Amino acid sequence: MAPDGTVIDARGSFCPGPLMELIAVLKYARVGDALVVLSTDAGSAREIPEWLRKVGQQHVRTSEHDGVWCIALRKVK
Amino acid sequence: MRILIVGAGIGGTILANLLARRLREDLRRGGVTLTVLSASPSHLYQPGLLYVALGEMSPAELYRDERELLDPLVRFEVDPVTDFMLDAKKVATRSGAVHDYDLLVIATGSRTVPEEVPGLAGNAHSFYTEDAALRMCRAVQAFDGGKVVIVMGVPHKCPMAPLEMTFLLHEQFVRRGIERRVDMLYTYPVGRLHSIENVARWAAVEFDRRGIRSETFFNLAEVDGANRLVRSEEGSVVEYDLLIAIPPHHGAPEIERAGLGARGWIPTHRRHLTMQGQDDVYVIGDTTNLPISKAGSTARFQAELLCHNIAARVRGCSMTRSYDGKVFCFIETGRGRASYASFNYDEPPEPPSPSRSIQMLKTLYHRMYWASLKGLP
Repeated sequence: MAPDGTVIDARGSFCPGPLMELIAVLKYARVGDALVVLSTDAGSAREIPEWLRKVGQQHVRTSEHDGVWCIALRKVK
Repeated sequence: MRILIVGAGIGGTILANLLARRLREDLRRGGVTLTVLSASPSHLYQPGLLYVALGEMSPAELYRDERELLDPLVRFEVDPVTDFMLDAKKVATRSGAVHDYDLLVIATGSRTVPEEVPGLAGNAHSFYTEDAALRMCRAVQAFDGGKVVIVMGVPHKCPMAPLEMTFLLHEQFVRRGIERRVDMLYTYPVGRLHSIENVARWAAVEFDRRGIRSETFFNLAEVDGANRLVRSEEGSVVEYDLLIAIPPHHGAPEIERAGLGARGWIPTHRRHLTMQGQDDVYVIGDTTNLPISKAGSTARFQAELLCHNIAARVRGCSMTRSYDGKVFCFIETGRGRASYASFNYDEPPEPPSPSRSIQMLKTLYHRMYWASLKGLP
């Protein structure tokens, strides 16, 4: 199933890494926008939801398929 | 075949010289033309700005004449591009000229946009332009103690620069005998001291050893210059006396104006380095939207790949190579030592312990940079 929202393809990103890629895009997204981060880094599946909580944005779900984590979120403020 | 390269930073320059060597006979006979368009007649060695800000290099050491760096078979014009008309395979320049191409390479790089963070411009020092580096140098020299805060915007190029600046600043304070009067706070946008996990672990030990404090998950929200405060998106507030910033970066404004990519980053095929949906347009270096480090080495490795693939197209050969995401960055760690990170899309970096020999290699690279632009190893 195709991801729902703007896709940030951060597969293979060790530096700057998936969270940094998300931060760079989220700042310019509109409130209400759905975004999806694709990552091959297991750590980002923990780190991204943690950061979303800190900044008050909505983590929708995380799934994993064939070593690719799909982290769905929504900009709510 | 008309090959047009827009931008004469490290990526555009190396690619032009590699292609000139590979296609020498075609260029001499006139069957191929190779043109580089640039906004500037000079080439700046950007990594040197870090050392200008610390008073260890002078700006005069960082510039060379671009024409002299390019192979004589490369046509070079100082005439910045103002518009890209990809459907017509043309670009327009400030002089009013229009250049037709068969293959286009966009190498327009990135720039800092401190104005994206309220209060950052005018209250923070940085080192990404000559003027900024010189202002920072004067501020650092005049600083006699207090709170130094290092902050960074996202995205930013040269991801090792924030750590390098922190270590080298601390080293300078020690050298001047004022380190006991200085409280250094390093902030970072993600949940550790650097994107690369083992660099972050190593940096934590080094920070402890030097007494450098840190705060992670710190994304710049605004700077209150009147009260010397920085606020983060995460709700933190810190005081500063000297604020050092790695400002957020955007790509070139003409890229965004032409609608080629949001904030000047062009959507790029991660293996072929073609612009998405445009097989005759290649993108190199900082200009891509790829999730890899915006660094000189990235542009260099991409130039080698593009030289092979463009030369193959000129000769009507379909044998192309794929970019593997290769990046190599030195990490200056102070105390005469350095390490490095080498990685690609599949292999994570494993930086070795900092050593004097690696630092010597980095120093040597300062001198070899100009030769490397000619496409030499």
